[in-house]
Amino acid sequence: MVAVVPTTGNAAPAATAQRRARTAYFLMGPGLLWLAVFFAIPFVTLFLTSLQVPVPGKPGQYMPGFALGNYPSALAEYWPQLVRSFVFSGIATVLALVLAYPLAYFIAFRGGRWKPLLLVLVIAPSFASFLLRTYAWKTILADEGPVTSTLNALHLLPEGRILNTSIAVIAGLTYNFLPFMLLPLFAAIDKIDPRLVEAAGDLYASPITAFRKVTWPLSLPGVVAGTLLTFIPASGDYINAQLLGSPNDRMIGNVIQANFIQFRNYPTASALSFALMAIILLLVFGYIRRAGTEDLV
Amino acid sequence: MARRDVEDLHLRGLTKQFGDVVAVDHLDLTIPAGSFFALLGASGCGKTTTLRMIAGLEDPSGGTIHIGPRDVTSLRAFERPVNTVFQSYALFPHLDIFENIAFGLRRRKVKDVTAPVEAMLELVELAPLARRKPSQLSGGQQQRVALARALINEPDVLLLDEPLGALDLKLRRQMQIELKRIQHDVGTTFVHVTHDQEEAMTMADTVAVMNDGRIEQLGHPADIYETPKTVFVANFLGQANLILGAKAGESANFISVSAQGHTFDIPRMRSATSGDSIIVGVRPEKITVVDDVAGAHVPDHVVRVRGKVTDVSYAGVSTQYVVRASWGQELICFEQNIKVGDRCSVGDDVILHWAPEHTFGLDGSQGLHAGTSHGAAHVNEVNLDLSREG
Repeated sequence: MVAVVPTTGNAAPAATAQRRARTAYFLMGPGLLWLAVFFAIPFVTLFLTSLQVPVPGKPGQYMPGFALGNYPSALAEYWPQLVRSFVFSGIATVLALVLAYPLAYFIAFRGGRWKPLLLVLVIAPSFASFLLRTYAWKTILADEGPVTSTLNALHLLPEGRILNTSIAVIAGLTYNFLPFMLLPLFAAIDKIDPRLVEAAGDLYASPITAFRKVTWPLSLPGVVAGTLLTFIPASGDYINAQLLGSPNDRMIGNVIQANFIQFRNYPTASALSFALMAIILLLVFGYIRRAGTEDLV
Repeated sequence: MARRDVEDLHLRGLTKQFGDVVAVDHLDLTIPAGSFFALLGASGCGKTTTLRMIAGLEDPSGGTIHIGPRDVTSLRAFERPVNTVFQSYALFPHLDIFENIAFGLRRRKVKDVTAPVEAMLELVELAPLARRKPSQLSGGQQQRVALARALINEPDVLLLDEPLGALDLKLRRQMQIELKRIQHDVGTTFVHVTHDQEEAMTMADTVAVMNDGRIEQLGHPADIYETPKTVFVANFLGQANLILGAKAGESANFISVSAQGHTFDIPRMRSATSGDSIIVGVRPEKITVVDDVAGAHVPDHVVRVRGKVTDVSYAGVSTQYVVRASWGQELICFEQNIKVGDRCSVGDDVILHWAPEHTFGLDGSQGLHAGTSHGAAHVNEVNLDLSREG
């Protein structure tokens, strides 16, 4: 951070500072340009589209307007799918956390020289495409497949099937976003000095208390990052619901996709996208506040 | 904090093996209640492993640990009335200073922690920093938090694992005095692990010098320093001039040793052996250096050795001379800088002399090198010119 600058006179440091500021802008340039073209402009376009009004007498055509009413009507119509999205992705996030935490803990504290290999194994499925992996789940969970028949033999499935149920969608979401939960968790847990856990034991903390009072709080930044990286994309996902769920398991992503592609109802689709973004933003802010990790970012 | 009844710590046959390596080898040791006990040794001698076994952080391969009559060998760390000040401090980074210190009390469900924590903050003089995070404190302050966090639990035994290792020299000296004061105030048994012989000697009432998983010698710092029992202790604890010789005779109080054409008398009480092969030892500060000129003043009844100065290092309070003795061995001498006039310089012919009461004797079968891996120790032997490193 601190460069050694020879201090010959007063003018030199000022010139250096100016030069350094220029360098900073120069380095940020490509990123800012990227953001402008692929985020800021689409963002504004999307917002304007969400306020468009239909052209009278020409179905499927819209013109600029200021129809704020698009929002309440879109939300009223697709309220169940919106709520379902958050419920599904919320459950998937919790499941991913429960599955990933012990795994990350094990790799970080017990992995030893196998750490890199174990991490590669975790990421390895991502080398195949998201779509392909979800299709694979279709086969795994198929009605005549081994999972369903085994569980049916044990009379554990009330509906008699997994595919085309909410369970399949949540399982798919959990599976697909697990690496996004695991990697930040691993990074946070791996940073914890095992001597702190030892010190907690020395200070009368049983292993469970030591976990609760030392390991868990110190891993919180990873928990927060992992849950956000899982919850946010899972809320907007439509692949899992489309491939693994029934029409009754449609999420908001499916609705937005259908409105854009099939119904060509651009204002409704845009309003839903915007509303989804706003709700997620609010949830995330509330969450970070409660988690109280000011040193998260 | 008032003095409390504390109990002796007993280690019996304590052993720790890591695979084929024996880190601690059948250690038998009683550490008296309320004492300041130092385990001194080079890295890898087993001192930290011993400490970790007492803390319950390492399972012994054999032997027992008792506190008073109670066998704590199989208790886990959190069940033992023992606390540790870790070398790395291991302060909890997510808790402030107050909560770090309160940690042990809260785990033991103590109702009101405020008063004891505040008293402890006073003791280590950190009261204004109670709400800071550990990362906002200097090394010396963190060290004191680590001490307070352990002491507040009023353990039967407080373990200190190289607690001053990370501090700079000046702060270390200050903390040594501080630690002694605190130990005196609370009266808890302190077991202090260190590789710094000066630190061990200034702080502890009893020092155990460890080597290779065993205790070489144990006793009051002055006794160990003045009459080391092994070459390792002589070299590890300060510096020593060691001359290999053979027994030439005995009288009621002295053993005469003939070495390098000289006869040295060793007080019987100060010789670790009465065998035939004896190493004659003398500490550098016991030797007086005088110019070898006509009329040089040398008292009667002293040991005299002639030599030539090969190195002089001035260190303020004292000057260290390296003198090549008549038989070729380099001897080290410390002179306090109290003489008026010129000091000896390189190339001067000198007479070294010391009172025979300062000579000590060691068993000659062990060689002259043990304990010299330590930075402060020197090897002095004929035909081996490596005495000036270190």
